[in-house]
Amino acid sequence: MSILSVEDIGKTFGGLKALISVSFSVKQGEIYGIIGPNGSGKTTLINCITGFIRPDTGKVYFRGTNIRGWPAHKIARAGIARTFQVMRPYYSLPAYKNLIIPLWSPRARTIGGWRGGGRHGDRDTVAVDILEEIGFERDSRVPYKMASTLPTGYLKRLELARCIALRPEIIFCDEVFSGLSASEVAGLMPLIEKLKMEGITLIMVEHRLKELFKVADRIMALQFGEKIAEGHYREVIADARVKEAYLGSEEV
Amino acid sequence: MDILVYGIINSVTLSLLSLGFTLVYSISRLPNFAHGALYITTGYFIWLFLNSLGLGYPLAVMLGIALAGLIGALMYRLVLIRIRGMEISEIIATYAIGLAIIEGLRWGGLRGTTFTLPSFASGFRDILGVNVDDQRLLVVGVGFSVFALLYLFVRLTRNGLALRGIAQDERAAMMLGIDSDRMAVVSFAIGSSLAGLSAALILPLGNIVVEAGYNVLLFSIAVSVIGGLGSWAGAIIASFVIGFAQILTEKFLSSHFQMVIALLAIIITLLIKPSGILGRQKELEERV
Amino acid sequence: MEVRRKERIDRGIKVRSEGIYCVSSPKEMLYVAGPRALLIAGLLLLPLILEMAPYWKRVVNIMCVYGLLAISFDFLANVVGLVCLGGAMFIGVGSYMTAIFNVYLHLPIYMAIPLAGLSGALISTLLLLPCLSLRGVYFAIVTLMYPLLFTRIIEALNILGGTNGITGLDSFPNPYLENYVIIVLLLVFLFGLRRLMDEDIGLVLRGVKDNDQSVRASGVNVTHMKALAVFIASFIGCLGGAYLAHLYMWTGLSLFALDFSIIPIAAATIGGGGYMMGALIGTFILVPLSEFLRFFGTFRIVIYCLILTGFIVFKSEGIMTYLSRKYSQFERWAKI
Repeated sequence: MSILSVEDIGKTFGGLKALISVSFSVKQGEIYGIIGPNGSGKTTLINCITGFIRPDTGKVYFRGTNIRGWPAHKIARAGIARTFQVMRPYYSLPAYKNLIIPLWSPRARTIGGWRGGGRHGDRDTVAVDILEEIGFERDSRVPYKMASTLPTGYLKRLELARCIALRPEIIFCDEVFSGLSASEVAGLMPLIEKLKMEGITLIMVEHRLKELFKVADRIMALQFGEKIAEGHYREVIADARVKEAYLGSEEV
Repeated sequence: MDILVYGIINSVTLSLLSLGFTLVYSISRLPNFAHGALYITTGYFIWLFLNSLGLGYPLAVMLGIALAGLIGALMYRLVLIRIRGMEISEIIATYAIGLAIIEGLRWGGLRGTTFTLPSFASGFRDILGVNVDDQRLLVVGVGFSVFALLYLFVRLTRNGLALRGIAQDERAAMMLGIDSDRMAVVSFAIGSSLAGLSAALILPLGNIVVEAGYNVLLFSIAVSVIGGLGSWAGAIIASFVIGFAQILTEKFLSSHFQMVIALLAIIITLLIKPSGILGRQKELEERV
Repeated sequence: MEVRRKERIDRGIKVRSEGIYCVSSPKEMLYVAGPRALLIAGLLLLPLILEMAPYWKRVVNIMCVYGLLAISFDFLANVVGLVCLGGAMFIGVGSYMTAIFNVYLHLPIYMAIPLAGLSGALISTLLLLPCLSLRGVYFAIVTLMYPLLFTRIIEALNILGGTNGITGLDSFPNPYLENYVIIVLLLVFLFGLRRLMDEDIGLVLRGVKDNDQSVRASGVNVTHMKALAVFIASFIGCLGGAYLAHLYMWTGLSLFALDFSIIPIAAATIGGGGYMMGALIGTFILVPLSEFLRFFGTFRIVIYCLILTGFIVFKSEGIMTYLSRKYSQFERWAKI
């Protein structure tokens, strides 16, 4: 039942031990949260699992296959998508054109994009469909607007749409709530619920703990590259080490 | 035995030539494609000071080296500082400047075989049974001293430590108050002076020809890539590798292959271990 | 105090000729099609106009070869993000390959040139493959060194004619072919590459330059895309080289000359990068200029380099970009 199983991931950059023997496993369809103060290695963890950095030690099993050492595009094609903290959409292009690249990739062409589209002529239509699903109002022609005119909330959704266009099985969300107002985050919630209903596993790295705890099934806490707690969010925030790590934080 | 002696001489020569390039890259992440141009410019200026201005030889050499450092620093301060961060523009700009200098010198008269520099030391000596001229020994001696001095500089002095800091992690160093632009100017000045120094030492062994500018650039690039872009120790090791490889091919094949060996070594390195001998994997990966 | 700000507004004629409305009246059609038609007609008529001046006809031929190199450089550098410092590599490889096909293997010219283009592209792509998965600086280094490597190997091993080169290549059967083959090639590739950029794959290639992490995360093999771009660009360059060899009826070490490396870079920078057309305009300026400057010998290169550096440092947008902006927008001061 576990779709992703990570064993003993370790990564050292020069003198800095970014990750020390981190292991966890994620069940299919659940929403798994990863929390930790700045510098605890959360983004490095995502990079190691999704192939952007080579881990020094450890194994990563995706549906039983060891994907450690695979290049990033191969992992994406296998069905693991990720968002980026620093988004760089094509500002001078309409929003839907930003989805062309994932819809062009081999995965979209074989498995098909969101609704089985993805062949050349359909690509634009599929892109607009995806955007509509995630909340870009088609009536107001929002999908056709230049990306430079869209507010942050929409851009965050665009980044998620880029992942969704791949029809992934797992999406790593790297701080998707950051930079959004409380109402914008509330607006994202239905999308997250919908993704969960479609059967997509979400692994969310977050700083916004209140919002994360509303959706996550299980949480893992990292500090200085080590896993210090795992479980339901109530257990995790009650853990003494987690409290110590977050001492002074306003969010909890 | 002569392979050993000539090998060491060749290797130290190569490392002197390339150290400037590696230094500049490791500190400011800028490949200085004008490195060869600076080399040959110094030679020309020393010749000019010596022959047209009638300065004494030691003075001419020191002025020449200082001038090289100045040109390098100016190149950064006036041109490159405006295009920091735009990798494509940086590469094209240093390449264009280097080309302009070399071809400018060619047009300005650096043609033919009439340009020579006198040696510092004339005479021959017997080293381990091999006949070696003193000038080459001087090159080796100065080379080793430069290594030692640089090592001490970056371990002990504040500026040196600052340079190392920038070389390891630019942003962290900046957060500690180290001005990366000033350090870049310093690194260009030192790197160009090293180019000038190697010119002053090596050019007396032959003629001053403009082609040497290109050759020096290629050797420097080869040594840096093979040693690992940005690693000083790697550059020294790589120059020994290439230096001995060149001597061996010269002995067993022909002397035409000196350049070819260096360039083939680049390709082999890129195929087998792209980060070079002592390079860090981080050098290769794009920033996430 | 009155505060004013510069505004850029689309010209009326541009807005009126957007989309389907470009066929609404002769004025709109002229606005849209005019520049392109002018270019095509101009290039096609040039050999006829210069009928009486064979020297200048030859210059136009060579200019078109440089044009091919310039658009391939622009494509690689500004669309895909790979700076090719050695355009001479493509010219040299293309010319030597066609010499092999034509002189050693006795294939006729109309087979030799395309084969030289394809084989040259294949060889170039294979040779550049090791550095495609690495950072951009490595590509620049390797392209810088290959032309020099080739000249030294040919010279040292004394193969492929050594320092004398290979003579005896066929020339073109008739002068019209000689002039028009290259012009047609240039136009085909210019508009072809522009068309390619408008396609989805063009977006993917631009993504490789702008944000390759995101492209990787979308499941696209960035190294394959770069290899494809290199293949296309080297195909264009090698065809140019093959043409040149048959124009001279000779190939030799000088086809790896520095000119072939530096002029495309200068042309693309001066003309304005990213849209291929700018690189072409740059070539049209630089090549005739270089003929006038022939008197100065290698000083020409110094001048190109200085102009090039100037354009880069002052972040100038390039002549073509400037002109096309003027064509479609006008500026005015507006009160705030």
